[in-house]
Amino acid sequence: MVEFAINGKKVLAEKGETILDVARREGFDIPTLCWHDALGSDGRCRLCMVEVQRGSRKRVVTSCLYPVENGIEVFTESPDVLLVRKTVLELLLARCPNSDVIQYLAKEYGVSKARYAPDNDKGKCILCNLCVKTCELNVGATALGMSGKGPLKKVTTPYGEPSHDCIGCGACVAICPTGHIYMEDRNGVRMIWNKRFDLARCPKCNRYHAPVEQLEFIARKSGTPLEELLICPDCK
Amino acid sequence: MEVDTAVVNTIIDKYGKDKSYLLAMFQDVQRQYRYLPKDAIQHICDKLNIPFSKGYEVATFYSSLSLKPRGKHTVHVCLGTACHLRGGPNILNTFERELNIKRGDTTENGLFTLESVNCLGACALAPLVRIDEQDYGKTTPGSVKKIINEYGEST
Repeated sequence: MVEFAINGKKVLAEKGETILDVARREGFDIPTLCWHDALGSDGRCRLCMVEVQRGSRKRVVTSCLYPVENGIEVFTESPDVLLVRKTVLELLLARCPNSDVIQYLAKEYGVSKARYAPDNDKGKCILCNLCVKTCELNVGATALGMSGKGPLKKVTTPYGEPSHDCIGCGACVAICPTGHIYMEDRNGVRMIWNKRFDLARCPKCNRYHAPVEQLEFIARKSGTPLEELLICPDCK
Repeated sequence: MEVDTAVVNTIIDKYGKDKSYLLAMFQDVQRQYRYLPKDAIQHICDKLNIPFSKGYEVATFYSSLSLKPRGKHTVHVCLGTACHLRGGPNILNTFERELNIKRGDTTENGLFTLESVNCLGACALAPLVRIDEQDYGKTTPGSVKKIINEYGEST
């Protein structure tokens, strides 16, 4: 057991837990964008910064990666934390001026306008890596990756072309915290990552429910016959 | 460009099909073709059993790897501090005009790729141009054409 304090409140935690885990359990509000239940921490969005004091030494750290320690004092809303978080939000807002999620968070922290020149080529992507991770770890398709580095870094399929590995499941769309990834279902066809997917019709209710390629992928992985998977979840 | 799978296979085998040598394999392929063809990346990824998207991440991360076909000769125009002060940008502009390409691009006949560098360590020769291994010091916009012609005639 590890014992430490968050905003003056004594808390207990298991060894190996992060400050974010414990703080959320204890009801402290720490904003995050790149953290996810199913995928854990990545330390990319820098929103979860908190101040950690050990003895007379203070540091601002990412709470999603910092393992709890005996005797530390954590502050989630100290002036230094708020300053860092504000700066992070200014940078995110400059990168993605059109993201409503970031606009909302920025407003909450009193950031109305970024000091920095806004980007117009990044869409709503903050490079949190969730889509890349979910595609690899949850779906197992690994169709997505980062390309380039520095200001040119972006999420993409190889060469930006329709990927052989993409099954059109839309997990990346569901997990994206800012709504950057675009997917459209229309007339039995799904468009995502520049690829066209034919949607399968449920033989019982005759509704389109999932891309054929996705069902074939699941059939291959799980050994469930495709005919069974063609029946939509509502009719099962 | 047509990729010879036998050539790529030799490169893969040279490193014992070990994925930790992915970058070395890419470099060898690039030495062969002067760039990294898409088919070669795909082939290496298939052979090493790594997802294409991961191979593409590596290939786009390193600026020494090129995904676009490159010219027979690479022109490096130095824009380091000394060369910059002595007119490096003018030299680059002249190359762009004479070769009719932009920085980073390759001429249509596949002879030259034009690039800028941030210092070649020969500041006394500023403004410096390096073509492949050959240095041309104290260049002027007037001498650019002469330099280009040296290569035009030999090929």
